[in-house]
Amino acid sequence: MNNIIKIENVTKIYKNNLKALDNLSLDIHEGEIFGLLGPNGAGKSTLIHTICGILNFNEGKITVNNHDIIKDYRITRSLIGIVPQELNLEAFETVWDNVNYSRGLYGKSKNHQYIESLLKELSLWDKKDSKLRELSGGMKRRVLIAKALSHEPKILFLDEPTASVDVELRKDMWEVVKRLKKKGVTIILTTHYIEEIESIGDRVGIISDGKIILVDEKSRLINKLGQKILNIELSYKLDKIPENLESYNLEINDEGTILTYVYDTKGQKTGITSLLTELKNNNIQLKDISTKQSSLESIFLNLLKENKK
Amino acid sequence: MNWHGLLSIYLHEMDRMRRTLFQSIFSPIISTSLYFVVFGSAIGSRITEIDGVSYGSFIVPGMIMLTILTQSISNASFGIFFPKFTNTVYELLAAPLSSFEIILGFVGAAATKSLIIGCIIIATAGIFVDLHIEHPFIMLFFLVLTSITFALFGFMIGVWADNFEKLQLIPILIITPLVFLGGSFYSINMLPEFWQKVSLLNPVLYLVSGFRWSFYEIADVSIYTSLITILVFLFSCLGILIYSFAKGYKIKN
Repeated sequence: MNNIIKIENVTKIYKNNLKALDNLSLDIHEGEIFGLLGPNGAGKSTLIHTICGILNFNEGKITVNNHDIIKDYRITRSLIGIVPQELNLEAFETVWDNVNYSRGLYGKSKNHQYIESLLKELSLWDKKDSKLRELSGGMKRRVLIAKALSHEPKILFLDEPTASVDVELRKDMWEVVKRLKKKGVTIILTTHYIEEIESIGDRVGIISDGKIILVDEKSRLINKLGQKILNIELSYKLDKIPENLESYNLEINDEGTILTYVYDTKGQKTGITSLLTELKNNNIQLKDISTKQSSLESIFLNLLKENKK
Repeated sequence: MNWHGLLSIYLHEMDRMRRTLFQSIFSPIISTSLYFVVFGSAIGSRITEIDGVSYGSFIVPGMIMLTILTQSISNASFGIFFPKFTNTVYELLAAPLSSFEIILGFVGAAATKSLIIGCIIIATAGIFVDLHIEHPFIMLFFLVLTSITFALFGFMIGVWADNFEKLQLIPILIITPLVFLGGSFYSINMLPEFWQKVSLLNPVLYLVSGFRWSFYEIADVSIYTSLITILVFLFSCLGILIYSFAKGYKIKN
């Protein structure tokens, strides 16, 4: 698979000596949706801004479509669109003028037909003559996406695009992202809503303290690192977990009707058979059994915890 | 060269002038007219001719320079400060534009605005005094050169400033005194010898003097000295700006 972005040993140190990126290396595949996860201050936005040319970096090398982002900045930047985290827009311009202005900055000649279709796709067409300050937060977010797509980029960075956005807009936005992916656009997104990456991402990278601590395909990551949860619904209320079951680290809900057992899918023995046998030996009657894959969020939190150790 | 990008910045900045027409055009015209009424008519009628030119006419080049300098600086400094303040500067930095193109777009627009205002003031001056321009092309050349140079200087201030106070600091504390003490309203020959020598340290004197020469062929310093001074200032500002942008000074850090 072609790596459309190659980041090699990049270090970024801010003037206050904060090392935001620490010898970071990462490859982004062409056409994928890459989810970048990390806590606040991990270096997600710094990484995005560095690739886009908004920030200078101290060491390392970044190439976009095999072009160096410093030497061939005109080529690399024209391939990239960015939707920033904050709703930064001019106040007094109209939506139409502002989106066309963005297209012009990227060296593209006017294409009113394309901008019209873009605004329609983002449900902004009826607001095209509105001043930017008159728009709601959600609408402003749509304008930022329209601006980022105005020059038809091959790579789109979405820096927490769904922060403070209502459910409807969030759904609309992901529809746009899916359509872009179908068109072959590579999408790199950061979000705090891990379930979003879980539903649309192809690969996931976890960043902490300016370092990439793990990159893998989302499904493989879940399978590889994930634990499964076995929920056992009981036929009658259980006051206390019997002593001979303590080794299973079972948890019981407040009503005393559901036992939860967490097991590792990678392990040779999951312990399920012996647990069920023990339950039978203790005359505990079962009503239902279900299993659940642990979420990306729990994997993410576990990894961060391990990384801090 | 990203011509579309350059033109987009230029037109975007010019559009700001359209949106703030009163502030951009009418307010400098009104304040200049007030200068004419106060200095030209009221006080000027009591002052004798300077080098054969009536006082009202004598101050026209100085007043145009005063407006051009302040307008070029304020337009260019605000032009780049505003995107920094609203954080929309990311868009300029992420676009395939060189530092030179960004500077040219902003400075070009600021200089154009100043030129428009300068021309309107010349027309306004014609209403109040008997205006005669001996070398119109040299006058225009000085006007263009000064507008570009001080728009560059204003752009530098805009890059450096990180709050509104700093944005106003240099124009108020340095530029305005330099303009007033640079022979805008008098000939330095009217000063005692010591102050004449001190005045020669003021770069604005060379601009006003050269500009006045294009009107009436009277000058405090040689026209060539004026030209060299302004060109040195122009290329110094351009060099500093391109270097600062390349290093990301106050923008990329």
